Amino acid sequence: MSDASIGAPGSYVQSQAIQAKAPPPSPTSRPWTPTRIVGTTWLTLWIVSGLGIVWFLLNSNSVALVFGGEGLLPVSLTHNAKFLTKYGEKFVSGFIITLKLVGVSMLLGVLLSIPMTFMRMSKNRVLGSIAYGYVYFFRGTPLLAQVFLIYYGAGTFREPLESVDLWWFFRDAWNCAVLAFTLNTAAYQVEILRGSIENIARGQWEAASALGLPKWVTFWKIILPQALIVSLRPYGNEIILMIKGSAIVAIITIYDLMGETRRAFSRTYDFQAYVWAAIAYLVMVETLRRAWDRIEARLTRHLKR
Amino acid sequence: MSFARMALATLMSFTAVSALQADEITKLRVATEGAYPPFNFTGSDGVLTGFDVEIGNALCAEMKVECEWGTQEWDGMIPGLVAGKYDAIIASMSITEERLERISFSRSYYNTPSTIAVPKDSPVSDITPEALEGLLIGAQGGTTHSVVAEEIYSDADVSLYPTSEEYKLDIENGRLDAVIDDLGVLQSWVDSEAGSCCKIIGSLPIQPELHGQGIGVGVRKGQEELADRFSQAILAIRENGTYKTINDKYFSQDAFGE
Repeated sequence: MSDASIGAPGSYVQSQAIQAKAPPPSPTSRPWTPTRIVGTTWLTLWIVSGLGIVWFLLNSNSVALVFGGEGLLPVSLTHNAKFLTKYGEKFVSGFIITLKLVGVSMLLGVLLSIPMTFMRMSKNRVLGSIAYGYVYFFRGTPLLAQVFLIYYGAGTFREPLESVDLWWFFRDAWNCAVLAFTLNTAAYQVEILRGSIENIARGQWEAASALGLPKWVTFWKIILPQALIVSLRPYGNEIILMIKGSAIVAIITIYDLMGETRRAFSRTYDFQAYVWAAIAYLVMVETLRRAWDRIEARLTRHLKR
Repeated sequence: MSFARMALATLMSFTAVSALQADEITKLRVATEGAYPPFNFTGSDGVLTGFDVEIGNALCAEMKVECEWGTQEWDGMIPGLVAGKYDAIIASMSITEERLERISFSRSYYNTPSTIAVPKDSPVSDITPEALEGLLIGAQGGTTHSVVAEEIYSDADVSLYPTSEEYKLDIENGRLDAVIDDLGVLQSWVDSEAGSCCKIIGSLPIQPELHGQGIGVGVRKGQEELADRFSQAILAIRENGTYKTINDKYFSQDAFGE
C-alpha cells in the first residue's frame, strides 16, 4: 500500500488504523498469604492421602504394571487380588443387606411416621403425649441400645411372646433389626415432618379456608407439597444417618457391609477390608446425594427463574 | 525450639525403649478380652480374672516381670498389639497361619477342641455335619471356632455373635439349635447355673489347619526373644506344678494338650 492512497478522496481505505486494544492486564500473581499457604498445603495433603489409599489398595492386591507384557497393549495390569476374590462376594452380599435393611426400614418408617405426626400435632392430649413419649424415647436413646434391647430383650420374654403368638417374629434377627430401625427412623421422621408442616405460614391455611376449601384438601393439596420441599433435605440426612447407623446391626448376627468387613478383617488382618467398606459407604451416600439434588431441582422448578 | 527439642527427646526415648533387650524388660502391658469365661472375664468384684489371667500372672512371676492387665475388644486385639498399645496378648488366642503373618507367638499353653452344645431337650445327639444340617449354630465371630463352624458345618446356618455372652443368651432363649466354642468355655458354662439349659454333645478332633497350633501368648514381630521367654516360663510352670494348680481350679481334665 502506497502512501499516496492514504487519505485520498474516494478511498475506501480508512486513514487511521484501528487502535489495538490494550492487552488484558497480565494476571497479577496472587500473593502467598498465610491462608493460601494453609489451603494449598491442606489440599495437597488430601490429594496425597487419596493417592496413598489408591497405592495401598493396588499394592495390597499386588497390582503391577507390566511393560511389553501379555496382550495387545504395550502396557497391561497384572494382579493377584487374593483378598477380593476371597471376600469380594461376601462384601457384595453385605452391601445388599445394608441396602435392604435401610430401604425397608425407611419405607416402613415413612408409613409409621405419618400417623404419628398427626398424633404428635393433635390437640387430643392423650394422643399427643403418646406420640411425644415415643419420639422422646427413640430420639433420646442410642440405636445400638434399641437394637440390643429389642433382640435380646425379646429373647427373655419368650414365653409371654409365645402365648400371644409373636415369638416367630422376634425369633428372627432380621425382623428385630427392621423393627428397631423402623421405630428409630420413624421417630426422627415425625419431627422432620412436623417441623416442616408447622413451618408453612398460617396465612396459607387462612387463605384456603377463606376460599372454602375443606381442611383435608388444604392439607393434602396446599400444605403437604410445600412441607415436603422443606423436609426433603432433612429426609436425605436421615437416610444417610441410617446407612451409617446400620453398621451396628452385626451385634445381632446380621452380617451387613460392616459385619462382613469385620469378618474379613478378623481372618486376614488386612486393613484394606476397612478401606473397601469406606469406599462402599461413600458410594452409597454419594449416589443418594446426587439423586437428592435431582429430586430437589425437580420439586423446586417453579421457584426458579 | 522447645518443640523440636521435645520431639527429639520423645524420639530418643522411643529408640531407647525398642533397644531394650527382652531380658531387661521389667514391666509388661498384657491385653485380654475380658468376655470369655472361664478363660478371661471380669469377676463379680470387677477384677479381671480367669484361666488366661492366672496363667499370665504365673508366667510373669516366673519371668520376674511386673504385668499390667488391660482389656481390648477381640477384633482390635492384634492391631492394638502391633500399634504398641500393649506388649503381649494372653487372651486364648489360637496360633494360626494368618495371625503368624502379623505377630509372633510363644509355644501353646493350652489346646482344647471345638465343642458343640445343644439345649437339653434337643433331639440332636451327634456332631456329624449331617446331624446338624439346616440347624442354626451360634459362634463368636472372628474366632477359630467360628471358622471351624463355617468350614465343617457348611450346610448349617452359622450365626456369628460379638462375644460368647450373646450366643449363650440366644441358645437359652431358644433362638439357636446349637453353639460351638472351646471345650473349656462350654464345659464351665453348662456346669454353671446359667448354662443349665444346655448339654455338651461332643468335641471335634483338633485340626491344625483350622485350629492352628493351640493357644499361645502373642507378641509383636521382632520380639521373638520375649516369646521365647514366655515359652520357657510356660514349660517352667508346667514343670513346677503351678500350671496344674490353676488348671484344676477351672477344669476337670488337663487343658495343656500336647
